[in-house]
Amino acid sequence: MATCLIVDDSRTVRSAARRIVEELSFEVEEAEHGAAALARCEARMPEAILLDWNMPVMNGIDFLRRLRAMSGGTQPRVIFCTTESEIDRVVEALEAGADEYVMKPFDRSIIESKFAQVGLL
Amino acid sequence: MTGLDTQILTTLLKERSGLSLTGDKQYLFESRLGPVARSHGFKSLGELTDALRRSPPPGLVRAVVEAMATHESLFFRDVKPFEELRSFIIPKLMEARAGTKTLRFWSAACSTGQEPYSLAMLLQDEPRLVGWRLQITATDLSTQAIERAAAGRFTHFEVQRGLPAKYLVKHFKRNGDDWEIAPALRQAITWKVFNLLDDPAPLGSFDVILCRNVLIYFDQETKRLVLERLARTLAKDGFLMLGSAETTIGITDRLRPVPEHHGIYVPT
Repeated sequence: MATCLIVDDSRTVRSAARRIVEELSFEVEEAEHGAAALARCEARMPEAILLDWNMPVMNGIDFLRRLRAMSGGTQPRVIFCTTESEIDRVVEALEAGADEYVMKPFDRSIIESKFAQVGLL
Repeated sequence: MTGLDTQILTTLLKERSGLSLTGDKQYLFESRLGPVARSHGFKSLGELTDALRRSPPPGLVRAVVEAMATHESLFFRDVKPFEELRSFIIPKLMEARAGTKTLRFWSAACSTGQEPYSLAMLLQDEPRLVGWRLQITATDLSTQAIERAAAGRFTHFEVQRGLPAKYLVKHFKRNGDDWEIAPALRQAITWKVFNLLDDPAPLGSFDVILCRNVLIYFDQETKRLVLERLARTLAKDGFLMLGSAETTIGITDRLRPVPEHHGIYVPT
């Protein structure tokens, strides 16, 4: 079973996202900021990452840049999932190596559609 | 609602839009026609059907038909058909139309516009089509849907269903809580209210017709009628694209499936 790492500092968001992603038949791991997520990726690279932007310790965009520079770090499909909804933020995320971008609030149909777009389904 | 009410509504929908409502879908009458009844001053669906049977006020029949039509749509719906357009249909047509450099597309039940806009974005992204005349006609039975589509304004949820982020960045800008598509794309499409039960000849001839997820709502005879008219409107070397649960097999021999390209049909 493919793994999806959900990175968000809100337990509520992680739990809502977990429910949806598990229904899409992924095994879910969680991290509450970018640094914890990097440690997870070093131990085992997931197939998918659902990534918040604003988090303590290390934010989503810094995590993504470090991930893409890591050995094997270009493999996971990374989907930003954030309240940041200005076009220049979406551009910044894509340029840093995000595969797709979700603006909160989200629902199952949005997550499913983004997973399908990046070839995860 | 009485059995007679149901029968009146079922007959009306069949005659005016081809919509075939089988028993398991009739619950939709209650949910979709309640608001129509209230906005026209009727106290119940019984009163509404009564009015339809006698002398309906102007606009009531259209309001009922539009409310019952499904307006579900998303950008790049099902993904695969758009890959087929890019990698199979467009290259074939570019070869065949190298002389005129003109391609005509018809999105035949475009709902709120996601399908023709997806097509327009795909065509604009295709470097081999620079310098070509690309015409997209988009039609729907519903005036309301066409007005919304032509306005090119989509909600937060709509722009995130199926639309790749790179296209959001390239073709949309925020307007309050909504997102507006670029005027160039809106203007690249000709919008028209059109009932698939009517003769499409006045719309002209097309190289590609997208008529996806509409036939599933019709009975066999209506499917045959619509498909044969579409076949006549299609260029001899054109392509018809149907939804994944739709086919021409067993309905008409005027169109045949293209082997190994699911959902694509050509005139015989």
